[in-house]
Amino acid sequence: MVIYQLAMLKGLYIIIFVFLLLTMRGLLFDIKRFTTEDGPGIRVTYFFKGCPMSCIWCHNPEGIGQESMKVNRVERVGSARFTKSEVVGREYDIEELVDVAARERPFIEQSGGGVTFSGGEPLMQSEFLKRTLIRMREEGYHTAVDTSGFAEREHFMLIMPHTSLFLYDIKHIDDARHREFTGVTSKRVLENFDFLVEGGADIVVRIPVIPGFNDDEESMKAVRDFLGDRMCDRIKGIDLLPYHRTGSGKYSLSGREYLMEGKKPIADSQIDAYRSLFSAILLK
Amino acid sequence: MRGRFEITGRVRRLREVSQQSLERISGERAELITDFYSSGNASLLSAPVLRAKAFYHLLAKKRLYIGDGELIVGERGPEPKAVSTYPELSLHSPDDLDILASRPKVSFEVDDEVRRLYSEKIIPYWSGKTNRDRIMGLMSDEWHNAYRAGVFTEFQEQRAPGHTVIGANMFRKGFLNLKDEIEQAERRLDFGNDEAAFDKLEQYSAMKIACDAIVMYAERYAYALEEAANGCRDKKRREELRKMAAICHRVPAHAPETMHEALQHYWFIHVGVISELNPWDSFSPGRLDQHLLPLFLNDIEKGLLTEAEAYELLCCLWVKFNNHPAPPKIGVTASESSTYTDFTLINLGGLTPDGDDAVNRLSYIILDVIEEMRLLQPGSMVQISSRTPKPFLHRALEIVKSGFGQPSFFNSDAIVKELLRQGKSITDARNGGASGCVETGAFGAEAYWLTGYFNLPKILELTLNNGFDRRTGMQVGPETGRVSQINSIDDLLAVFAEQVNYFASLKLSGNNIVEGTFSAFLPVPFLSLLIDDCIVNGTDYNRGGARYNSSYIQGVGLGTVTDMLTSICYNLFDNKHYTWSEMLEALESDFSGFEEMQYNLIYNTPRYGNDNFYADRFASKTFRTFFDAVDGRKTLRGGTSRINMLPTTCHVYFGSVLGATPDGRREGAPVSEGISPVQGADIEGPTAVLRSALSIDHLLTGGTLLNQKFSPSFFASEESIGKLGDLIRTYFSMDGHHIQFNVVDGDTLRRARANPEQYRDLIVRVAGYSDYFRDLSDDLQEEIIRRTEHEGL
Repeated sequence: MVIYQLAMLKGLYIIIFVFLLLTMRGLLFDIKRFTTEDGPGIRVTYFFKGCPMSCIWCHNPEGIGQESMKVNRVERVGSARFTKSEVVGREYDIEELVDVAARERPFIEQSGGGVTFSGGEPLMQSEFLKRTLIRMREEGYHTAVDTSGFAEREHFMLIMPHTSLFLYDIKHIDDARHREFTGVTSKRVLENFDFLVEGGADIVVRIPVIPGFNDDEESMKAVRDFLGDRMCDRIKGIDLLPYHRTGSGKYSLSGREYLMEGKKPIADSQIDAYRSLFSAILLK
Repeated sequence: MRGRFEITGRVRRLREVSQQSLERISGERAELITDFYSSGNASLLSAPVLRAKAFYHLLAKKRLYIGDGELIVGERGPEPKAVSTYPELSLHSPDDLDILASRPKVSFEVDDEVRRLYSEKIIPYWSGKTNRDRIMGLMSDEWHNAYRAGVFTEFQEQRAPGHTVIGANMFRKGFLNLKDEIEQAERRLDFGNDEAAFDKLEQYSAMKIACDAIVMYAERYAYALEEAANGCRDKKRREELRKMAAICHRVPAHAPETMHEALQHYWFIHVGVISELNPWDSFSPGRLDQHLLPLFLNDIEKGLLTEAEAYELLCCLWVKFNNHPAPPKIGVTASESSTYTDFTLINLGGLTPDGDDAVNRLSYIILDVIEEMRLLQPGSMVQISSRTPKPFLHRALEIVKSGFGQPSFFNSDAIVKELLRQGKSITDARNGGASGCVETGAFGAEAYWLTGYFNLPKILELTLNNGFDRRTGMQVGPETGRVSQINSIDDLLAVFAEQVNYFASLKLSGNNIVEGTFSAFLPVPFLSLLIDDCIVNGTDYNRGGARYNSSYIQGVGLGTVTDMLTSICYNLFDNKHYTWSEMLEALESDFSGFEEMQYNLIYNTPRYGNDNFYADRFASKTFRTFFDAVDGRKTLRGGTSRINMLPTTCHVYFGSVLGATPDGRREGAPVSEGISPVQGADIEGPTAVLRSALSIDHLLTGGTLLNQKFSPSFFASEESIGKLGDLIRTYFSMDGHHIQFNVVDGDTLRRARANPEQYRDLIVRVAGYSDYFRDLSDDLQEEIIRRTEHEGL
């Protein structure tokens, strides 16, 4: 009798689990095919909505809030203008995400690509992220998570075993400056980085180079020194991402104030100078 | 310096002459041909012999040109860019000459001497007697109505069938060998049993005269070069001229034995083909890296040639192609193909006859030539098979980066499958490739003619109007019923298919009339020498003498017609957003007063090019309807009708005869080109476009054309070039036929538009070929700017 009840219970659990898996939904604000800058090969990138940071240069401001929101998009036909009300952010179940990757699969396989979870901050939906990663791995995809690093340690623990590669942002070492420009402390970002390195995760470090924030040798050297102390074969690369202005149009759409108005992109020669700072510590 | 070799001063000067010479009309050919026809000898000859003797007369009398520093000689006209005319095909009136001289795009200088010659001699003799007159006189009223409404065009209206490519054989033979073959075939003629024996005898006589003509032409050059050498003070140049004279004594009479001889050999052949008649599209050496390789290796081994010298010789050949703009076109022909390009297309890479990878040392040297020369002509492409090595693909992509749209990329494996489906042997298929824009052919063994563009969106428009054309006010198609009675997409597709079948049949009947005229009046005994098995069959190229004979109709506007059907299905049937009468009224008023509806059709309706089955299924259905209407139908000369999907500049013309369409397109705007989506309709990125483009079965065609735009930054790193390579490989693994890239950024184009004088040399990818931006029509410039702006990367 007891065994029977246990068996019933187990069956129930399985049913509940499958039910959860099928009904679990995540909030995304975009899915892009043929992304080529978010990890190796040709990829599909899933943009999760919601971010704990509020970087003043953010180029996906519509991805910051944790709820879907209405925006008005103006389209022109000849001289007439039409305003369309659009919802940014919609709930997806895991199979919908798998279906998009399936359309891209031949390109992904040919190029040694995969799928990337970006945002926003994908770890804010860590349970959904974990299940999606598991499902994508089942399908044979290389998985990458593009993270700000600002998340609960437990959430990293949840997804680490299912993540092939982390794209990990390090924006600034100095805590005060980090708080000023991103709204949160740098401490947690740097601690989580150590946690991943010690846990043996593969990481590509990404450093956005932002005028007026970290566009100076001192800031860059601080990042270099931080990374230099931790250099190991798990750190697969250090990418500098020069600030660009594609975000400005989206600010008016998402109703946020754009604080970078008038800031000029950084000269290529300057970026190259910063790059050479890092090339010295990169393992060959 | 680009590539591995330094461009020589000689090539630099020759290129400059070629680029700076203005396109002008030469009366030389028209006069010589008219002299011959009016001499009284002509009327007593059979058609093939007449044409051969006219050809001989032309090559015996035309002026020779030896450019300063040239290593390869021979010009169709008296000098670079002096373009011949072909009054036996179509005659330019004094008004036409004025238009040619004064039109803003693709113009030709016409001097007073040419005008006088035309009014005194050429026009009086040929008026009413050209093949164009003949064709237009024989076509039915129904054909004329459809032609006038812009349902289809007619390639042979001002030009001749050609569009042909030489095989390896012709690089291994001289014309004396061919003469031997003809004489042997003559001896085998069986007057007892072969009812065509007499026709064949006449054909053989003509072919032998054509052999003599080209050998005589080369001999004239040999003597002229010797004379030039004797008068030359510069010792080095004197040696060169002597060497060139010796080469012209040997080729094309004998098989070439060195690479230099092979290039001169080919060039005499090329000049011969484009002087005999005005074939659309010109003529091509085809698999150049394959044909030249044995001689190149032999030269290198014997120390006769260095790689740098081979490079220089090839550069000289490139200049020769560029010296030869397409002969002047007028009227509809000018609209459908508004360009100086004559569509020679160099093929590199691909497969060997045994199916191995064919990329060799010369393939890379020729890529260097393409990168350096950056001329309008010749066009160039690389064939990529599953066996093509990565470095070759990446090197080709690197060259694309420089922005003039060459080379383009073709799928060898798909080409082989297309040719096999058509019944070609596996060896002939592997020796094949693409010519013109994207057209598949069995090189050296096939006469595959393009016959005209086919306006698919126009036929759907006519379907919506019960066969009536509002623009011309004529009943052009059959009355298939009022569309307002139709309330399912399947019923609409059935009626549309009826209209497609009607116009396809009309076009195919017209094609047979055209084939008849060329077979009876305008055989090409010289071209017939070059293509297997015209000699064995004793039958002219224009009469079905080739081993394989195909006639293509080129479908245009797949993206537009797909979006039209999608919109009707989505907005009228599935969601009932609008009624038929609302839609028809909106179209009739060109959306004036219906702007919101137009907005919904453009922005809130599924579109082709986004990997969206709802829309893409209509691409495959339309394609299948077109294919079923044409493919496999026999032609007069014993050939088979086929389809392909390419537009040249015809999508602009076809748009200009089309009213507003249910996809929100305004009246007169261009339709989509090739199998690309409507400009601006694809918003899901390049992989989604490729997926949509694969919703049609490319293997059933003889070529499809897909344009992709990328910003120059995408070619910046080796890594992203690698990803583009993977994009191409994936598309090809799924049987995509062709892809080309435009990599000029929108800002550059806008500046070029505002200050054309500062961008005279800016070359952009149009549709299966590249062209000077300044020579594109305003519509097309606008379209290309939009194409490049919509990047999404």
